[in-house]
Amino acid sequence: MLTHAPFAASQPQSPVRIGALPESARHALTIEIGGLPIGLHTADPDFRALLAARYSNFLRPESHAALEFELLATAPGPLPAKEKLEVRCEQGRWLLARGDFRAWFDLRAHRGHLACVPNPYSVDTLLRVVHSLLLARAGGLLLHASGGIREGRGFLFSGVSGAGKTTMARLAPPEVRLLTDEISYVRGGGEGFRVFGTPFAGELGIQGEDVSAPLAAIYLIEHGPANRLAAVAESDAARQLMRNTLFFARDAELVAAVFATVCELVRVIPVFRLEFLPDSRVWELVR
Amino acid sequence: MSATYIARSSAVAARRLGDEMVVMSAVDSTLFSLSEVAAILWECADGRTPLECIVRERVCSEFEVDAETALRDAEEFARALAAHGVLLISAEPIEPSAAQSAAAGDRA
Repeated sequence: MLTHAPFAASQPQSPVRIGALPESARHALTIEIGGLPIGLHTADPDFRALLAARYSNFLRPESHAALEFELLATAPGPLPAKEKLEVRCEQGRWLLARGDFRAWFDLRAHRGHLACVPNPYSVDTLLRVVHSLLLARAGGLLLHASGGIREGRGFLFSGVSGAGKTTMARLAPPEVRLLTDEISYVRGGGEGFRVFGTPFAGELGIQGEDVSAPLAAIYLIEHGPANRLAAVAESDAARQLMRNTLFFARDAELVAAVFATVCELVRVIPVFRLEFLPDSRVWELVR
Repeated sequence: MSATYIARSSAVAARRLGDEMVVMSAVDSTLFSLSEVAAILWECADGRTPLECIVRERVCSEFEVDAETALRDAEEFARALAAHGVLLISAEPIEPSAAQSAAAGDRA
């Protein structure tokens, strides 16, 4: 059965209300990924419309969010394609910087700011970083992986760029519900691990569905001369998954928490190496 | 000959996965897979027991290796991990606080 699990552990005791933000920031929307609602507020109705379209599968009507961001427009200019993202924490405040944006937020105060030229890519990066930080503390992680739900069970296909994440999503049979073709959301809990759909799209260019399911297996994918499945030793699986995990902060405590999550993941979830041809029959091996 | 002491840095996460001990530097996320002997040295790296004692009592007693060769290999292993900041080496016993300050220094 597909369920939408709440992210109760990360909900603030006293959620911030939209009314607490400046009057000018009245065009709001709430984006909920993995059960964690994040509020975005902008004075620009066109930017709001852009974001509403970009995250349409993950919008929530309610005005309460675990974190509230005010989006501040900066002057337009060319966006550097490859400038490195910097993430650091200073006295409890997280600071993010890249060529196209600056952001700062306080997880304890449940609020922050993003200054950018209105575009969805800066917001995408902000959301990935925020979710990666919150997940690290909550026994979860963001993984470079496509994923789908089949018969109520979640399957992930993890690999570096070019390994075939989008191809696996494209080859999925019709009954498979797409979680993402690029970034998977994995969260641990008392009953094992769950996977959630995300709006983070790769080459497929479409959002995942807003659904979740228990994680049944992880496949480390690579293109090969045949469709072939092999078991992977726990240590090799952990090594590979650490490489494929999205984590931006150089914070020893959080990195150790992610490592612990990966170790637990490979202990309880079967991990396979999957070589495949670009042929839909590869899904016959996904069970 | 002076004694050598080894201690695990506090900025390290370690887990036994299957038959293998995997150690990760939380500072730069480097992963190390330890052999069976290296895992024994790692687990015994309490900062108080001289390396020579660890080798004699835990390595030579379980593996067919002479003490001199085993100690040389153990020192090489310790230096390699120390170069990555995951193990501390000293000619004196190492206090737990030293491992923590070394880790904090790495993070600064």
